[in-house]
Amino acid sequence: MTLLKLEGIRKSFGAIDVLHGVDLSVEAGEVVGLVGDNGAGKSTLMKTITGIYQADAGSITFDGRGILDLDPGERRRLGIEMIYQDLSLARQQDVSSNIFLGREPTRKLFGLFPFVDKAAMDRQAAQMIERLNAHLPSINRSVGSFSGGQQQTVAIARALTFNPKLVIMDEPTAALAVREVQSVLDLIRRLKSEGIAVILISHRLNDVLSVTDRIVVLRHGRAEADLVTGNTNMSEVVSRIVGGGDMAAAASHEARG
Amino acid sequence: MSSDLATPGVWTRAQRASVERLHIRLESLLVLVALSALMAVLSPYFLSFSNLLNILLATSTIGILAIAATFVIGSGGLDLSLGSVMGLSGVVGAFVAVNLGAPSVLGVFACILAGGIAGYINGQLVTRAFVPAFIVTLGMLGLARGLALVISGGRVIYGLPEFMLYLGQGRPFGIPMPVIIFIATAFIAHCVLAYTRFGRHTLALGDSESAARAAGIRVERQRRILYTLSGALAGLAGLLFSARINSGDPTAGLNYELTAITAAIIGGTNLFGGRGSILGTMIGALIMGVLQNGLNLLAVQSYYQQMAIGAVLILAVFIDQYQVRKESRV
Repeated sequence: MTLLKLEGIRKSFGAIDVLHGVDLSVEAGEVVGLVGDNGAGKSTLMKTITGIYQADAGSITFDGRGILDLDPGERRRLGIEMIYQDLSLARQQDVSSNIFLGREPTRKLFGLFPFVDKAAMDRQAAQMIERLNAHLPSINRSVGSFSGGQQQTVAIARALTFNPKLVIMDEPTAALAVREVQSVLDLIRRLKSEGIAVILISHRLNDVLSVTDRIVVLRHGRAEADLVTGNTNMSEVVSRIVGGGDMAAAASHEARG
Repeated sequence: MSSDLATPGVWTRAQRASVERLHIRLESLLVLVALSALMAVLSPYFLSFSNLLNILLATSTIGILAIAATFVIGSGGLDLSLGSVMGLSGVVGAFVAVNLGAPSVLGVFACILAGGIAGYINGQLVTRAFVPAFIVTLGMLGLARGLALVISGGRVIYGLPEFMLYLGQGRPFGIPMPVIIFIATAFIAHCVLAYTRFGRHTLALGDSESAARAAGIRVERQRRILYTLSGALAGLAGLLFSARINSGDPTAGLNYELTAITAAIIGGTNLFGGRGSILGTMIGALIMGVLQNGLNLLAVQSYYQQMAIGAVLILAVFIDQYQVRKESRV
């Protein structure tokens, strides 16, 4: 079943055309890698999906309905969630405070004063972390004391509380240690196993190749290639990204990196 | 809360956790106890009941300002106008009650309203005109003080009506009214900051404005409310102070922002926002109160007291930053 379908998406900022008619589709529970050079339009494309940018032309259907007219909040309620590279975490607050930030459950004290139900928050946060099969040192510690991968876990757990059907992740492994990269990739597989689709934006092609079902290459604002991950390899992906030139050198550089 | 990365020291993690649950900074509690012990040794009068009440009475004004400072600084803002707004509020209240001859209740209301309006203007300027809080509230420091002098003609407005006097000088059950109002305010403020969504959003906002925005918190609205609240609390402090000295003094609260901000920082409020607790701030305010009271008992000139407060502020921020740097290096 096709979950998300983009057709002919165009977007320009003033005189600068960023997207020249992009087609993209994502199946339910599918992990799609979105790769491309800097300035290829990856972030702009994702922001037209979440609704932060309005597409100038084209159509977006999600779960069988057109969503172009919906604002970011409405799209989130339909099940589109994005995790930004900076993770948007409050570093001095603990795990459950971050997961429930902005929508803390409350309990009426003396039937009058709405107090935040921290016990319920902690309980549900712990369940979320468990559901992700992840481990955190302590749920009561400030997330700023966590490693990059553990912070990523908190951000993903927060996204999950919205019951998303699609999670867009922007460079989740960019700043992580090698061992941590594996645990984040495991989290992505975990999302897939729960039937949640993932769009993974990444420059780390090794990660993209290891975790995705399909890889879409964006180049100069167009979907240059749509590759099945099982039938492609590093050098093909790289050559599609750079589009000609000294492909062999670029590919070997990537393989080293 | 200071991070609980295993710091080798006297306190085990479990002990730290149990204290942190109360949102108190352990170090400040130790300083308060040590300082009190020192004063008790140096002066036989220090531990007398009447002197302890004196400390609480002197702390009540500073303490209420420090509560305001905790909310604003905890949200990543700054309010330097606290002392001036307090002075302005006292003068406005006295002017309404004495010069205009309005009923006491209106005088009380005028104090808090005047503070609230000053704070509201601060909030509007910070969130809509994009002038940094440091500059806005520094400007308000001058504006409010000047306006207090204009309204009062530079003279003390003497002779408040009875009900207002009671708020400053009344002693139900032998406890001064300002102390009762201060403790009640602190209790409510603690509940709001620690246990309500408003309080949690305040600290989250100070922690990371972008995270708060991404979580759907109306950041600008929250800031406007916080500055207005800060001004209204300064108005309450001005009311209690005026009532205690039975006059609207345009120079009241001079440099009080210094003491109030120091109390909040000593109490564990992060100067850059994201962390703060009212219980901690109360300990900070008591430290300032004990320090001033002790120096008074020891007959130290007030000029030196001013120096001591300034030095304590710098020292408190230094210790806080030192710990943050130490923790982030791990």
